[in-house]
Amino acid sequence: MTFEPVLIGFTCNWCSYRAADLAGTSRTKYPPNIRLVRLMCSGRLDPTFVLKALAEGADGVLITGCHPGECHYLEQNYKALRRYHLLRRTLQSLGIEAERVKLVWASASEGLQLAEAIRQFTEEIRALGPLRWNARPELRSEDAPLEAVP
Amino acid sequence: MSAVNSDSPRIGVYVCHCGSNIAHMVDVEEVRAWAEKTLQSEGVVVARDYKFMCSSLGQELIQKDIQELGLNRVVVAACSPHLHEKTFRAACEKAGLNGYLCELVSIREHASWVHTDREAATEKSKMIVAGGVKRVRYDEPLDPLRVPIHKRTLVVGGGIAGIQAALEIANAGYPVYLVEREASIGGHMAQFDKTFPTLDCAACILTPKMVDAGEHPNITLLTWSEVARVEGSLGNFQVTIRKKARYVDEDLCTGCGICTEKCPKKVLDTVFEAGLGYRKAIYTPFPQSVPKYPVIDTENCTYFVKGKCKACQIFCPTGAIDFEQQDEEITVEVGNIILATGFQTFDPRRIPQYGYGRLANVFTSLEFERMSNAAGPTGGEIVLRDGKTRPESVAIVHCVGSRDRRYNNYCSAICCMQSLKFAHLVKERTGAEVYNFYIDMRTAYKDYDEFYQRVLSEGANMVRGKVAEITDAARLPGEEGKLIVQVEDTLAGRQRRIPVDMVILSVGLEPQRDAYETAKLFGISCSANGWYTEKHPKLDPVATMTEGIFIAGACQGPKDIPTSVAQGAAAAARVLGHIQVGEMSMEPIRASVDEARCSGCRICNGLCPFNAISFHDDRRVTEINPALCQGCGTCVAACPAGAISGTGFSDAQVLAQIEGLLWDVRETVERRP
Repeated sequence: MTFEPVLIGFTCNWCSYRAADLAGTSRTKYPPNIRLVRLMCSGRLDPTFVLKALAEGADGVLITGCHPGECHYLEQNYKALRRYHLLRRTLQSLGIEAERVKLVWASASEGLQLAEAIRQFTEEIRALGPLRWNARPELRSEDAPLEAVP
Repeated sequence: MSAVNSDSPRIGVYVCHCGSNIAHMVDVEEVRAWAEKTLQSEGVVVARDYKFMCSSLGQELIQKDIQELGLNRVVVAACSPHLHEKTFRAACEKAGLNGYLCELVSIREHASWVHTDREAATEKSKMIVAGGVKRVRYDEPLDPLRVPIHKRTLVVGGGIAGIQAALEIANAGYPVYLVEREASIGGHMAQFDKTFPTLDCAACILTPKMVDAGEHPNITLLTWSEVARVEGSLGNFQVTIRKKARYVDEDLCTGCGICTEKCPKKVLDTVFEAGLGYRKAIYTPFPQSVPKYPVIDTENCTYFVKGKCKACQIFCPTGAIDFEQQDEEITVEVGNIILATGFQTFDPRRIPQYGYGRLANVFTSLEFERMSNAAGPTGGEIVLRDGKTRPESVAIVHCVGSRDRRYNNYCSAICCMQSLKFAHLVKERTGAEVYNFYIDMRTAYKDYDEFYQRVLSEGANMVRGKVAEITDAARLPGEEGKLIVQVEDTLAGRQRRIPVDMVILSVGLEPQRDAYETAKLFGISCSANGWYTEKHPKLDPVATMTEGIFIAGACQGPKDIPTSVAQGAAAAARVLGHIQVGEMSMEPIRASVDEARCSGCRICNGLCPFNAISFHDDRRVTEINPALCQGCGTCVAACPAGAISGTGFSDAQVLAQIEGLLWDVRETVERRP
């Protein structure tokens, strides 16, 4: 059986959630692996949400927000961008591939682009394989060898 | 309405078929059965499916269950919350359940419409429902925020859209500030000669409206002024407007025009006359300017440049010239704002092969408008750049800078009709041979195609093809001294070289050069092309995502005069609605600080772009002003102590939703011992 990744997507109420709505109304197709959470802004994304999703069994997390300069709350997407870079480093130090978390911008009119980004991310995580947070010995063992941490 | 204890949730799940919109791709009955059985542990006491949940019968189904089964939470799995969240909240309210205890999750836009595998779409829908059920347990009853609406309105931009909006509101009896950065209101329409398709004289229909706006007791006209700062939100904006120094005392000036007459300095007018004509250093943009007071152009005024002259001051009969005048800032309080900031035209120098700026007799559409205007620099004579020779043949090029991926992808909407109008005027005034070069002829809307037929019958030549080059390099007999238009005639299927005396480039419309800065100033968004984004492209074309700020006219996208007028009136109607109600309700999504948990670290202090967060030095805690908070939640995510919580999107709600969305995989994830 081929591996079907399970993905969580965080969307902004003003841009990417509407882009997802637009993808729907224009009947644009994308893989069913992603499940979307609506936030008011990508700035609301507490990095804990991403860790929670990965811990609960998601293989990847897509963070989406308004394009730089287009934030409904003026500049909060820049704060999401800062947290995203920090989060990737944190994940790496935990032994998790940074590529499992991805940030893309999508305005409310970019249904097509969002669908394409979802399709691409699904393929990327499919190629990366399952996360298996609790099944990976290097993550489980209390005395994991230091080399396991990149 | 009392708060419901989330320990004892009684949740109803309602799965919508949406006719066949959802049901064709999602097994609605299976989702319902799964939710009723599997999510029982989460407090689901009933799950139903129905053909149209949003219908009155569907809503009654929910209301009956709330009353008879004592539901204290509702999850509706149907369309996007942007479509029907209000519908279902209102339905719950009617049955006595606080509307914010109802979650609408989308299995239409986010499942049935975007997937092709029925089984996968059904499984995903189950997870979406589980996410909603998990989340709704942590929903809290909320009341919408009530905001009083200030009766004054700000209209930015004094073109036809802004004038219309201001007049509608003023005529309804409410005060308006109309801000315009040029010296007169009127906008682009004041530059035009005739308007399509009726060939009405633009000035004849515009100037009465300008005068109405200028003399209206409810309109405060602020020309030669720009908005410097905007604070506050719907109902109560504080707007700081910078009135640039005119160097003319408006209380003393009678608009007699002697100053302009006596001014010795002639300046090329690149704004109103599009570079074809001259004005003085003290001037009104055009004779019918509203207001009538002139301004001094300090960059060119001899007194400001050399320190000598003062001719205007010497001859002014009322002593109105004041060289010491300074810019002035005034702050006004308004409840709503309408942006009607218009457009600019595409600069054809960006297409060097069309020769504009290099070949004298290549004109822009705006230059032609001024030339054909009886009040313009040539007195309405259509002549070559030498100012006297009548052209015997004229080429009119459509889509210059529009529908071209190198410049602007979009259609500028007005150029076909404008070009046909030019063809008619050239024919009528000069009898010259006219060639229109078009890609597609777009003459939608009332009486437009009839006008096209009329221009055709007048003998204008229509050549279907995008012009490759305009050159003065003659190659064939008959081309000497002419401009040659090189084009592939796609109907005849061959290359053509057409020699003409004059070329008019029908340049496209572009957002104002500072449209992006203006959008930032008012906190609204632009599309990728730079046009202001409306709340909904079809159903809410004049509102923006920012409550209390509306858009009208070409700043929202290329459009002609009738549509701009319609939008100006529509925006005014929306504002009047707000003023009439006197109070608006807003989503109660706000952040608040639990002072007991706030450590005073101040990490959140620099995060808020709305200045809603302040630090109390005496108590060493942070406080959030709910009147300024817009509810983005950035500070909630940042607080290391978890002291800031956000209503509607609390940590508990989001974390629970994540658990629900991963219901199927959570069970297979091996738990740590």
